[in-house]
Amino acid sequence: MTRVPLRPLARVLDARAQGRNPLYIERENLRLRHEQMRDVARRRAEWRLLFLAALFFMGYALIAARMGLLAMTPPEEPARYQPEQIAAHRSDIVDRNGRLMATNLVTNALYAEMRHMVDGERAARQLAQIFPDLNAEQLTTRLTDPNRRFVWLRARLSPEQQQAVHDIGEPGLLFGRREMRLYPNGRLAAHVLGGASYGQQGVTAAEIIGVAGIEHRMEERLRDPSRADAPLQLSLDISVQAVAAEVLEGGIRMLNARAGSALIMDASSGEIVTMVSLPDFDPNNRPPPPTEGNPTDSPIFNHALQGVYELGSVMKAFPVAQALELGLVRTDTMVDTRGPMRVSRFTINDFRSLGPQASVADVFVRSSNIGTARLAQMIGPERQREFLDRFGFLDIAQIELAESARARPMFPERWRELSSMTIAYGHGLSTSPVHVAAAYAALVNGGRKVTPTLLRRPDAVPGERLLSERTSAIMRQLMRETVTRGTASMAEVEGYAVGGKTGTADKPNPQGGYHRDRVIATFAGAFPIHEPRYVIIVTLDEPSEASGAEVRRTAGWTVVPVTAEIVRRTAPLLGLRPQSTAEIERALALR
Amino acid sequence: MRGLLYLLSALSVIGLAVWAYNENHKTQQAMAELRELHREIQSLREAIGVQRAEWAYLSRPERLQELTKMNFMRMRLLPLSGAQYGRIEEVAYPMPAALDDPTEDEEPPL
Repeated sequence: MTRVPLRPLARVLDARAQGRNPLYIERENLRLRHEQMRDVARRRAEWRLLFLAALFFMGYALIAARMGLLAMTPPEEPARYQPEQIAAHRSDIVDRNGRLMATNLVTNALYAEMRHMVDGERAARQLAQIFPDLNAEQLTTRLTDPNRRFVWLRARLSPEQQQAVHDIGEPGLLFGRREMRLYPNGRLAAHVLGGASYGQQGVTAAEIIGVAGIEHRMEERLRDPSRADAPLQLSLDISVQAVAAEVLEGGIRMLNARAGSALIMDASSGEIVTMVSLPDFDPNNRPPPPTEGNPTDSPIFNHALQGVYELGSVMKAFPVAQALELGLVRTDTMVDTRGPMRVSRFTINDFRSLGPQASVADVFVRSSNIGTARLAQMIGPERQREFLDRFGFLDIAQIELAESARARPMFPERWRELSSMTIAYGHGLSTSPVHVAAAYAALVNGGRKVTPTLLRRPDAVPGERLLSERTSAIMRQLMRETVTRGTASMAEVEGYAVGGKTGTADKPNPQGGYHRDRVIATFAGAFPIHEPRYVIIVTLDEPSEASGAEVRRTAGWTVVPVTAEIVRRTAPLLGLRPQSTAEIERALALR
Repeated sequence: MRGLLYLLSALSVIGLAVWAYNENHKTQQAMAELRELHREIQSLREAIGVQRAEWAYLSRPERLQELTKMNFMRMRLLPLSGAQYGRIEEVAYPMPAALDDPTEDEEPPL
């Protein structure tokens, strides 16, 4: 701002010349200058006031808007109070009918805090009386150690034990809240449930983690806080599972088998209704994994899933189905069954010779190794490998158990003609009963691929087509014939048409070669076979039937009667109405 | 006039303060009650969980099987078999004449 002089010389001289007082000029200029200054100050003050007013207005508007918003939103409970950061809640597990299989129970853990401890020696003595497995001397040194501040004593207390500890009256003994995983059904479905144990521990809570089975595999789902109130529903049916386990246990005892498994699966949705593996264990008190000996002897070994064996003749269904599907043969085509059949240095024999030639139906129904090997020759190794791959035999079983990753099928790296022939009758390709169940479901249900699952899946859609309806219908007929006139004649159950295929496979000897007198007997089939609802796979490990003159080990004498009994007992529980022989025959003949 | 205005606004400020204090107090009481209710719900849930576990434990198939065996003489329960499925034609419907039967109202003879 340029400063205007108060007494400009020109104007003073001018005024003097005119005889006016030059002081007026100075006054006048001073007044103008003051007015100018006042205007500037006023403008600045006004602007400041306005700014402040705007600021206050905005502040109040903000508060008013917030209040308005709060008043308009529906009232809401404040966030739940959570005692500690460890997520203790875990979803329940129920069966397909909503019956409880796993739940949480609140118990207490016992710990000692030294700063409250009055008489450590007395507490140790009395605790040793309540818990006989605690050593009084060791406990005394632990509870009187001046360097310790905190001691964990027990992970779980029963209400009686808690009261007894309470009665000691020692202020240093404290209880911590614990949730524990409880399996009310005990041993039932132990291999599916697996088991749980504690992860991170805090004083007032501890984390429950699944250690095996579905508890481990579905860990994230079970611990998801947003779904904690919704139980995880399995496809198992407890009643059916209990009956199957009871029958299988009786069969194992009668046939002196080492182990056994039974699997019942919905033939169209892949839901596993029953998965029994014996011997079993109590998941409330899961035994530790075996550190020595044969792992398959351990009760925690799931024979229905981890029992990866060469399953023998049950695999014959696949070359037969493929040969029919490709149009290479019909069921009445005659196949050369002269034995022994020599391929390079390897000899293929039949358990019982079928004569010089037999129809494809007879090859299947009377289980001819030579005949099936001939079919495999017609098909060729590449096509066979691709076919079995589509049925899921070359991948690990896609089932919701932690152990499924270990159920890896074993097959030759190079699929030559000889291996393709032995694989055709079930040697050279090792699979688990779960694999066989899924593949048999596709064979009998009209040719649709089935993915086995342990979760309830009421809206399952049929998978991709693996076989034509026609081939599937022929396979059903052949499986039925195996029961009516073939190797599985003891599988006949009145009212329920069972169809399937037996398999007796020599067990491989760890020292090389095969055992002569140890077999895995398998039955794979479906019921009711004219419109299959369920696939059933039963295996027995080293069974022997000694009621006759000679010890019999073939599946027809061992596993087949057990299967028949399982079907007889479980089919009514599964809601199947028995049908008369005439009805069954009419239904089978229509196709 | 101006004095009256001051007085009125001072009184209204005091009134509002009392109201706000009361509201605050009530809110805190409600929160405390809510916490109490949460605790109660939690303990009831736990109790329900215990009951459910107990029920599942008592009705486990293994125990039921043993009970039916023990009480066979009294209950004569056998495993479900296919023969127990009936047909709809086997169900005897009451004949229309039976509806008019005057003895219908009486207790059936045991």
